[in-house]
Amino acid sequence: MKHITKTFPGVKALDDVSIEVQEGEIHALVGENGAGKSTLMNVLSGIYPFGTYSGDIVFNGNVCKFQNIKDSEKLGIVIIHQELALVPLLTIGENMFLGNERGNKGKINWAETFGKADELLKMVGLKESSHTLIKDIGVGKQQLVEIAKALGKNVKLLILDEPTASLNDTEAKHLLDLLLQFKKKGMTSILISHKLNEVSYVADKITVIRDGSVIQSLDKSKDSFTEDTIISAMVGRNLTDRFPKRVPHIGDVCFEVKDWCVDHPVFEGIKVCDHVNLKVRKGEVVGISGLMGAGRTELAMSIFGHSYGSDIRGHVYLDGQEVHFPTVKSAIRHGLAYVTEDRKGNGLILSESICRNTSSAKPEKISHHSIINFDKEREVAKQYVKEMHTKCATIDEDVVNLSGGNMQKVLLGKWLFADPDILILDEPTRGIDVGAKYEIYCIINRMVEEGKSVIFISSEMPEILGMSDRIYVMNAGKMIAEMPGRDATQEKIMACIINSDKGVQAAAAEA
Amino acid sequence: MFIALIVVMLLFQVLIVATDNGSLFAPSNITNIINQNAYVVILATGMLLCILTGGNIDLSVGSIVAFVGAIAGTLIANLHWNIYAAILVCLLVGILIGAWHGMWIAFVHIPPFIVTLAGMLLWRGAALIVLNGLTISPMPDKYLSLFTSYLPSVSYQMLNDNPDKAMALTFTVTMIVAVVCCIVLVISEFLQRGAKRRKGYETTALGLFIARLVLFCAVILVVASLLGRDKGIPVILIIVAVIVAVYAYYTQNTVPGRYLYALGGNAKAAQLSGVNTDHVMFFAYTNMGFLSAVAALACVARFNSAAPTAGTNYEMDAIGSCFIGGASAYGGTGTVGGAVIGAIFMGVLNNGMSILGVDSNWQKAVKGLVLLLAVLFDVMSKKRKSSK
Repeated sequence: MKHITKTFPGVKALDDVSIEVQEGEIHALVGENGAGKSTLMNVLSGIYPFGTYSGDIVFNGNVCKFQNIKDSEKLGIVIIHQELALVPLLTIGENMFLGNERGNKGKINWAETFGKADELLKMVGLKESSHTLIKDIGVGKQQLVEIAKALGKNVKLLILDEPTASLNDTEAKHLLDLLLQFKKKGMTSILISHKLNEVSYVADKITVIRDGSVIQSLDKSKDSFTEDTIISAMVGRNLTDRFPKRVPHIGDVCFEVKDWCVDHPVFEGIKVCDHVNLKVRKGEVVGISGLMGAGRTELAMSIFGHSYGSDIRGHVYLDGQEVHFPTVKSAIRHGLAYVTEDRKGNGLILSESICRNTSSAKPEKISHHSIINFDKEREVAKQYVKEMHTKCATIDEDVVNLSGGNMQKVLLGKWLFADPDILILDEPTRGIDVGAKYEIYCIINRMVEEGKSVIFISSEMPEILGMSDRIYVMNAGKMIAEMPGRDATQEKIMACIINSDKGVQAAAAEA
Repeated sequence: MFIALIVVMLLFQVLIVATDNGSLFAPSNITNIINQNAYVVILATGMLLCILTGGNIDLSVGSIVAFVGAIAGTLIANLHWNIYAAILVCLLVGILIGAWHGMWIAFVHIPPFIVTLAGMLLWRGAALIVLNGLTISPMPDKYLSLFTSYLPSVSYQMLNDNPDKAMALTFTVTMIVAVVCCIVLVISEFLQRGAKRRKGYETTALGLFIARLVLFCAVILVVASLLGRDKGIPVILIIVAVIVAVYAYYTQNTVPGRYLYALGGNAKAAQLSGVNTDHVMFFAYTNMGFLSAVAALACVARFNSAAPTAGTNYEMDAIGSCFIGGASAYGGTGTVGGAVIGAIFMGVLNNGMSILGVDSNWQKAVKGLVLLLAVLFDVMSKKRKSSK
């Protein structure tokens, strides 16, 4: 891939990226969340068709112009996404040849389908019959089915996007060994991962991507790469004045969570939060750092009116008094606000106006005996649009027409309107441009200057470091470290996470 | 949609006059349209609430109409209960049926389609059991007069002795009521506008404001003058107007009303904003049961009988009205006013074709096509608006 540049409205996702993958190697792509790894692979596999990006894809010496995934699959480039694309209620065999059915003239040859499927399953080391339903096998095995499916398409270049994210260690090990085995047979793979131990285990070459550019390419045969060198390449950017300054006025502890345990809502016995302790002081920005899937969103949502999980245990204290929030309403009444991670999915009502969204978290404030005062509502909405610098034609504009950054501002306005004392922000800057990010940081600063507290969840480490007074690091449902904001570095946080992963692995190995 | 309604009305008027079949706007026909469609408007109002919660429909309303009607017939005509006690029992039964559906839908999370499909079969069966498959008729006059009489009520004696005087009385009283309505409307609108200005809130331009008021008053006066030349104001019109006004206010001006839109717009966001979505869902379906019972009482009076086949396909009329009136099939958008206009649209369509003498088999086919066209028109005009 040469000089690939891909822009989204308002954001440059990839900036002149070139990578070179030799036949028969395993090439790892590493980088922070949002660095542009997945975008790059989507370009390569034809999800973003030719013409929507600039630069060339050269495969075996030919320049390729993929219009869709079918085109790239014809050449043997197959991508396996992080979210598996399998139909749960169909059998393994049916899934493997979905869209690529065996047989002719509209008639499916079931004998060939299942026969071929069993053969491919054997290659990936699965003992299941191809007649088993997908829903009856675990995620790890489903991942293997995806690989078998790719093999069925005559794959030459296999792209795996975070394949081990939802696997346990034995399953992950099996999958990686499988990749090594295929390598011997001459297959090329590109592996996206942020588990550095896996990367150093299988990869021949490593390309580090940050902010849409290639930072470093390492070759196992020439360079010696350790986890530390990769980490510093991944995160090593200087923090200048991307974050507005503030003078902290930190008071007493006003919010405390003790021994918080939450089970997964579907799979009983799996803990998504495991004895979490958390303290927040008045006027403080507390960052919670961690990788995706560390349990941060689950923690926040379970505290906020038990909106997530089952069998929630633990204690919550507000100004030293123990409180219970069995419903979202009670949490809001006690001065909590949770700005959701996914503003479109569960933050805003897209089909409604800015005005109506702004007042939706605390309608009591614009109504009397449940009768809405429209004038007051409009006044409030205008005030927040002004304060947040939301760019919109009128407050009657439907939220769906706004850009991501402006949507985020409407969402923030909605929760500020609810008069929170403790504001939980979950990935408030995801997918928005630098300017809007800066404004959101300013709003955070204004909040804490007014004596409120902010819990700031983000996967982007620079902003956690730049904004927080104190940082918690969360991994696999546990708080694994706590450090003051000024002492924290990205290397320290990464090292905590990796050490904790190793601890888990060691424990697993002992068991 | 309002424009489409006017277009259809004018089209029929032209066709009816051209074929020498009288007039769509004949006084007696206007009274007819109101009497024929009162139940659709009541049901459409309730159905709109269900549709708002996320495009959920209630298939059982026709069967509830039959079942509650059967109870009303049995209690009033067969068992000679006190009429008001019987009405109260009927409304209560409606609420209980609605709560029964609401319970399964809201708290056990069974899809509304399935619950109300089961209800459709269950209550139709129950109606047949209560009536033993037979029709109860007639109903006592006292009951009929509650729903089918007119204001002012002119006695038969007066009508026989001095028809001119009776006509004049009817017309005068109807017009006085209409004028009073207009005056109240104008004064309250001006008072609200004044209050807004004093507090410094923005108001609509004066010209537009007055034009809107004039249009409203003109519609009220024209309808009243037509009704006045027939029998006066139908009581059912007053009942329907009150129901529509209450629910329009509820959905637009109150917090719980707004929750309906929030739930339909984005259920997860509503939950995370402190809305108890289960309660909202439960209310919508319980309320549907209540309004079905109201419609049942009106239908028993209109047909002067309680029949086990009453209410067949009423749910489809109600659902159609909502969608013609601009409600989204995914929930979250739609207004009571729109649903009312949709109901009138369907009513005019039926009425116009009947006057023209269109074969009833053809009527059904045409209705289906017009329904599709009406919604298509709505979708297209919305698209054009958003692309601007």
